[in-house]
Amino acid sequence: MRGPLTTELTRRLLGPQNRHLWFWIFVGPFVLGLTLFTYVPLAWSVYLSFFDAHNTVSPTDFVGLDNYTAMLGDDAFTGSLVTFLVFTAFIVPATYVLSLALALMVNRLRWAQAFFRSVFFLPVACSYVVAALIWKMSIFNGVRFGLANTVLDWFGADQIAWLSTTDPPWYWLVIVTVRLWLQAGFYMVLFLAGLQRISPRLYEAAAVDGARPGWQVFRHITFPQLRATSVAVVLLLVINAFQAFDEFYNLLSDSRGYPPYARPPLVYLYYTALGQGQNLGLGSAGAVILALIIAVVTVVQARWFGLGRKED
Amino acid sequence: MRTPRSASPSNSPGTRQNNPPRVPPNTRDVRDALVGVGRAVRLVLLLALALLFLIPFYLLVRNGLSSEADITSPEWRFFPSELHWSNIRELFDDPNVPMAHALLNSSLIAVLTTVGTLLLASLAGYGLARIPYAYADVVFYWILGTLMVPAAVTFVPSFVLVSSLGWVSTLRGLVVPTLFSAVAAFIFRQYFLGFPRELEDAARVDGLGYWRTYWQVVVPNSRPVFAAVGTIVFIGAWNSFLWPLVIGQDRDAWTVQVALSTFTTAQTVNIHELFVAAAVSIVPLLVVFLVLQRHIVAGVERSGIDD
Repeated sequence: MRGPLTTELTRRLLGPQNRHLWFWIFVGPFVLGLTLFTYVPLAWSVYLSFFDAHNTVSPTDFVGLDNYTAMLGDDAFTGSLVTFLVFTAFIVPATYVLSLALALMVNRLRWAQAFFRSVFFLPVACSYVVAALIWKMSIFNGVRFGLANTVLDWFGADQIAWLSTTDPPWYWLVIVTVRLWLQAGFYMVLFLAGLQRISPRLYEAAAVDGARPGWQVFRHITFPQLRATSVAVVLLLVINAFQAFDEFYNLLSDSRGYPPYARPPLVYLYYTALGQGQNLGLGSAGAVILALIIAVVTVVQARWFGLGRKED
Repeated sequence: MRTPRSASPSNSPGTRQNNPPRVPPNTRDVRDALVGVGRAVRLVLLLALALLFLIPFYLLVRNGLSSEADITSPEWRFFPSELHWSNIRELFDDPNVPMAHALLNSSLIAVLTTVGTLLLASLAGYGLARIPYAYADVVFYWILGTLMVPAAVTFVPSFVLVSSLGWVSTLRGLVVPTLFSAVAAFIFRQYFLGFPRELEDAARVDGLGYWRTYWQVVVPNSRPVFAAVGTIVFIGAWNSFLWPLVIGQDRDAWTVQVALSTFTTAQTVNIHELFVAAAVSIVPLLVVFLVLQRHIVAGVERSGIDD
């Protein structure tokens, strides 16, 4: 039927000057893809997590919350969460301090600033796989030709089997330094951006008030002015630490498999869902638990630091 | 290493912020001396750190061009006794190592991902920023919501979806699910919100619709943001590991990162070949990086994540 009602409906749908139509032509494909490849898998994952799904994506065996209780009662899974917490406790402060220090030093340079900035940013172009390879095969390889053991040798110290010693956990040093090297430059750039936004007037005012350049100025002017940047950096660092997979997998797994120590959640999920058993139901339950934890941590942290307050 | 071109004064306004304050002349000498010492200490520290940051790159190249014996010699030497440029040829001739194929896969994936992401995210960002629509905010929050779910956590569910589509070990499976980057769309939206309206208004007066205004006026005037987002996406696609590991299960679908990782976990390893492969794998990125470094930094600074 072609009446005034249909015309009115079409006009409403298309909007004035077809604006609604154009909006969806521009935004539609992106939203559709995002929905299909993020929201649909997420929903499917929640669905799968209530089923016994070995090797299949369309299971029939409903098991209720069994996968969740199995996952939360699994020492290996909870242990992987602890690994993440310890890893975060090391990597977040270390990256924060190093990248802030680099930014402060580079920012004050009168010459060769671009050179130093490039050198520190360069590892960002390197992949975790390549970095893990250098760390595992050349620096910390636990035999005499490794760089770290060579240096220890110069000082007459004993050699260390870096990646297989668990007491003390020397592998931790290897894992933390890889990520530090790869990430610090990126966060340095964020801090540099923050530093350049600080008004020179604040420093002039501080000088008039007699603040000594150096620690006093840093404590009372620079650091408080970097608050917004710091919040973002810490948030990104924590979220990225939660996603740690590449360097753990490449540093610690070999032809014999993956050692039980130092297994972060994603490595554990990888072996659960895609390893020999292909237990997708259990893996999905783990992914849902992990997603919930990350969401809670993010929201709490954002609240805590007052992120988004500006929008009110 | 040469100093990149980005040493332009516009990039370093911060260097002049910390001028020493005016002080009476008698304390001035002492203070100047202290400042001088501080500056020297800082420079030495910076040089030491820069050296530490460069050592891994040096090791990569050194081992890649050494003989096996040189690498595993217990007498560690800074320079290899002889440079083996033939290692590169050996790598590509080795039938056990699908290096050429992996490089081709990675290049295809990185280029397709970059082009696709730029197209989809820039259109979405422009629509959100410039086309009035009552529910634009709802759509925007729907997009932002995906940022709450870190990509790595969805690898299990995404694998489930992709495998049910029959896309495992296909180029489609490796590329299509990664094309929808909420971060990229967000950066484009923020950028287009600040795009000068006068240019677009002129185009409208000339009778151009949204589509042609976008392609003929907006895109040509937004090259820096495209370059910045493009490089970041390219680096991310080239370096990504978990997704290609999960989806590229067949040897034919291996990317460079997966191929390298398979060597490190293999039983027998040709160390020099492994290192030359790793060195080859970062060359494309170093080229992209050195050419577009300025845009990456600007892109990061302008992405708004620290506001």
